[in-house]
Amino acid sequence: MTSTTTNIARAEAPRRFRWADAGPFLALALVVLIGVVMNSSFMTGTNIANVVTRSAFIAIIAVGATFVISSGCLDLSVGSMMAFVTGIMILTMNRLEPSLGANAIFAGALVGLVVGALCGLANGLIVTLGKIEPFIATLGTMGIFRALITWMSDGGSIPIDRALRDPYRPVYFGNVLGVPLPVVITLIVVLAGAFLLYRTKYGRRCMAAGSNSEVARFSGVSVARVRTLAFVIQGLCVAIAAICYIPRLGAATPTTGQLWELQVITAVVIGGTLLRGGKARIWGTVAGALILEVIANLMVLSNMVSEYLVAAVQGVIIILAMLAHRFIR
Amino acid sequence: MTMAAILPSAPAQPAAPAALVVPALQAEALGKTYGAITVLSDVTLDILPGEVHAIIGENGAGKSTLMKLLSGYVAPTEGQIALAGQQVAFADAVAAEAAGVVLVHQEILLAPDLTVAENLFLGRELTRGPMVDDRAMNRRTAEVLASIGAHCHPRDRVGGLPLAQRQLVQIARALLEPRRVVIFDEPTAVLANDEVAALLNVVRGLRSQGVAVLYISHRLDEVEALADRITVLRDGRKIGTWPAAGLSQRRMAELMVGRELDMLYPHKRPPATAEPLLQIEGLSVDHGAVEASLSVRPGEVLGIGGMIGSGRTELFEGLMGLRPSHAARIALAGKPVSDRTVRGWQAAGLVYLTEDRKGKGLLLDESLATNLTLQALDSLHPGPALDRRGELRALEQAVAEYDIRVRALDLNAGQLSGGNQQKLLLAKVMLTDPSVVIIDEPTRGIDIGNKSQIYDFIDRLVRAGKAVIVISSELPELVGLSDRVLVMRGGRITAELTGDEISEHSVVYAATSGEGQSAAPAEEGGGDPDDKHHHQHRPG
Repeated sequence: MTSTTTNIARAEAPRRFRWADAGPFLALALVVLIGVVMNSSFMTGTNIANVVTRSAFIAIIAVGATFVISSGCLDLSVGSMMAFVTGIMILTMNRLEPSLGANAIFAGALVGLVVGALCGLANGLIVTLGKIEPFIATLGTMGIFRALITWMSDGGSIPIDRALRDPYRPVYFGNVLGVPLPVVITLIVVLAGAFLLYRTKYGRRCMAAGSNSEVARFSGVSVARVRTLAFVIQGLCVAIAAICYIPRLGAATPTTGQLWELQVITAVVIGGTLLRGGKARIWGTVAGALILEVIANLMVLSNMVSEYLVAAVQGVIIILAMLAHRFIR
Repeated sequence: MTMAAILPSAPAQPAAPAALVVPALQAEALGKTYGAITVLSDVTLDILPGEVHAIIGENGAGKSTLMKLLSGYVAPTEGQIALAGQQVAFADAVAAEAAGVVLVHQEILLAPDLTVAENLFLGRELTRGPMVDDRAMNRRTAEVLASIGAHCHPRDRVGGLPLAQRQLVQIARALLEPRRVVIFDEPTAVLANDEVAALLNVVRGLRSQGVAVLYISHRLDEVEALADRITVLRDGRKIGTWPAAGLSQRRMAELMVGRELDMLYPHKRPPATAEPLLQIEGLSVDHGAVEASLSVRPGEVLGIGGMIGSGRTELFEGLMGLRPSHAARIALAGKPVSDRTVRGWQAAGLVYLTEDRKGKGLLLDESLATNLTLQALDSLHPGPALDRRGELRALEQAVAEYDIRVRALDLNAGQLSGGNQQKLLLAKVMLTDPSVVIIDEPTRGIDIGNKSQIYDFIDRLVRAGKAVIVISSELPELVGLSDRVLVMRGGRITAELTGDEISEHSVVYAATSGEGQSAAPAEEGGGDPDDKHHHQHRPG
């Protein structure tokens, strides 16, 4: 190894602070601050726990979406898939309850994970082997999943067996050391996602495929395999969200998870992940999901703006976030 | 504005003293910066009526920027342009054309499904009342085509014409109206030798009509044959302007690179005699190469020459499994290769460096370490998790070994200069420890200092017993580096040159000449121009 005449700053030197990276967290702090100022009941323990717990579903699915989006794809089917997986899980649990008792919950959850992974695999294979634009492919499966749950529920609802309600209840309403269980599960999913994305070869390849698929291909990365796996991860995240969701309402209906795909993509994008792929921000995604839920909560608490306008405000947020992206860089 | 270009009827005297003739076009301290990057600065030159003024310089010297400034495609950030002595600022290329300054593009910009006449008059159709006057347009087109010696017919569909004819149609489009200044951007890049001769006559014809011609070319022999004066650009600056009469091709090349040519390339090595490391027989690539066979020995630099579009890059992308292809037999170190993917080749000990550094080589928005290790992730990290310290060590080592000049190690690849990007790309593939290295355009668009370092590096590789294949459009590079040169034309390997046979002239001759390609219009059944020329290939 020869020494060079160039002076190289040590790599251990702290990375420059970038406003764009801190953006989602500052935005979250801002909406929380607004909440504290606007409404005295916002900062109460129960309300905060409620907000964080409600944001768990979007946050968990959005972790999967961070993989899909950073690999250069998009999954519009997550909301419908969520409903479909929920329906399959409830049907399975109800069927198994007579023989397994409360253990039917575990069996059903396992089936849910497998079905979720298979749904993701289907999306992935259509996109990679079928070479169909992710937008179109998942637009198609979005319709398919939604139709399936409507057909399975006969247009009504698929309720979970009464015998399973009580044993299943803690998965949504329970807590560990005071922390709601869905929040604990979200945390585990986020930590696992962050490890996979930032610390493993798979995460690196995922990012490379999204950053420039040609470079990845020329570097020996199997872009098709990486992207298919990202869709499978997305499917698993949807199934985990479904597992937490069932005890909350106790039923699957044709409107379960409706328009969640928009909230999920919003959370990912305002979290700082680039929609064109290549740059993934798992923790930003979590901040994004929290921002959406805090805003919805504030609108319900305060009487200034009708809660029917929640989606409109969330729409404004995503546009503002994109504009901020452009100008802060 | 001074429109209505009336051609000055100056006689075709070469390089008349500037004081006596008002220059058709003048650039005064012209410069262009993009953000913090200066691509051209302080260029002053003039083009006289009835003069061919050649601009030469290496890739990245600023030639194309200068042309775009002069023809209104890009606005200068400093300096002025004067047309026939009057200062002008072209709003865009249309304004420049209206003032009589036209750029003939290097790429063919024609609508393939329209006829020649329709293309010539696209956007400025002649009309009679509300109707398009086809008859008048065809007549005028025929006149212009005849004046430049093009053989095609005004009603021919452009898409069906051979490349050379399309190039002439493009020139005809530029010359449809009288021009004061015509700027040619490497007009002969896609042409064969006899077609080049015809084009040079078109340029001479323009000169004799008193048009001022700015002629940009890589081909120094053309410049020597054609130019009255020559301006040399290097690194975005003007080195000087000389009368063409006193400038040899060798001197031009030295002025372009800014140093004695002999020092640039490493000394050639003794001939390699070992058994071939890589053997390819009958490799065909879809839309690229036909039945190509070649081999390369350890300790040897095999050069691949040919014009752009001759199938060189396609051949090797096909070899790597990056394009659909099939081969009769491919062996590495005597063993047949079955897994022809980038990963499979890498495991077998062969890597390919793409010519498209920014598009296919590096993730410009990612860190240096990410880029460096992307191809060697599996060997660098045995488990699924990344070893970040290990990556950093690899980066520090690569920066030292390949002399990658960086301000800091946490930059993104896109923040490096072209030369340093190329070194990073080289370090990236070398991290997989290959025995055969294929480098496509090793020094495209990088400065001379980095060039000579890369040449030295290639020399060290072959001296260490590795085999290197260099694909290059730059003839001096091909000649200076290679122990053996294969020349491709029309997807086939048409010639092999060894030892003293390797010269710029012989490569150009093999790349462009032969009965297969001619300037004559495409006849029925003239499909594959290379059907009969396989006999020229002497397998290695």
